[in-house]
Amino acid sequence: MTTYDEERLGELLRLLPPAPAGWVEAAQELPRARAELDALVERAEQDAAFRQALVDDLEDALRVAGVEPRPVVVEHLRRRLAT
Amino acid sequence: MADTLDARVSDAELVSACRAGDPDAWNALVERFSRYVSAIATQAFRLSEHDAEDVFQNVFLRVYERLDSLRSDDAIRPWVGQLTRNCCLDVIRASGRVVPVEEIVEQVADDAIAKLDEAMTVRDGLSHLGVECREILDRFFARDESYRTIGDVLALPAGTIASRISRCLGRLRTELDR
Repeated sequence: MTTYDEERLGELLRLLPPAPAGWVEAAQELPRARAELDALVERAEQDAAFRQALVDDLEDALRVAGVEPRPVVVEHLRRRLAT
Repeated sequence: MADTLDARVSDAELVSACRAGDPDAWNALVERFSRYVSAIATQAFRLSEHDAEDVFQNVFLRVYERLDSLRSDDAIRPWVGQLTRNCCLDVIRASGRVVPVEEIVEQVADDAIAKLDEAMTVRDGLSHLGVECREILDRFFARDESYRTIGDVLALPAGTIASRISRCLGRLRTELDR
């Protein structure tokens, strides 16, 4: 005997709508972004001026450092600097 | 590894491929658990969109960093669920939100997570159906698309969508009864 009727199945399927596409893409980029982030954080730890530049204007500081300020890099770096 | 609802790729196989450094596998793993993580944050813990996004990124960062510590590749779902639960509780505690009885909040969230686990099981069942049923049921129920939109996207007469949904739900029931 089945546990599920059609109404119950529909209710359960509705509980899992797609996550926002931007969240998913950012998480999927993590492996690629990770290497860039590690290098940037290491530099920020050793170079106070660079750290301050990141805090003042993250995207601009990344451009100056030759790193494309992709959203996933900016967002994860912002989180890392905040901790 | 493109179709994450494809039952040919088990959770354990996906984890194993991620450990081997397969970038497609990582993309598929994120896609497969993205709804679950998002739903725990937004439905079970009712976090704001901003906090839910923080939790979402932190969970997948932890999964990426700690995948080697997972004892059994089959256990990825409960592990992701637990990581998400812990991240949500960290956010609530850090926010200083007034929570009169934290145990009650956790109990309510755990009940909601149990329901989401059941929903994931149903979604696993969905992965065993043909692509047309998967698409129709996902679009109608999870994406809340109209008959007309579904008909347009899948090049099907809108008047046949209701009967197809019913037929696909029947197949899903059969699959879940196995």
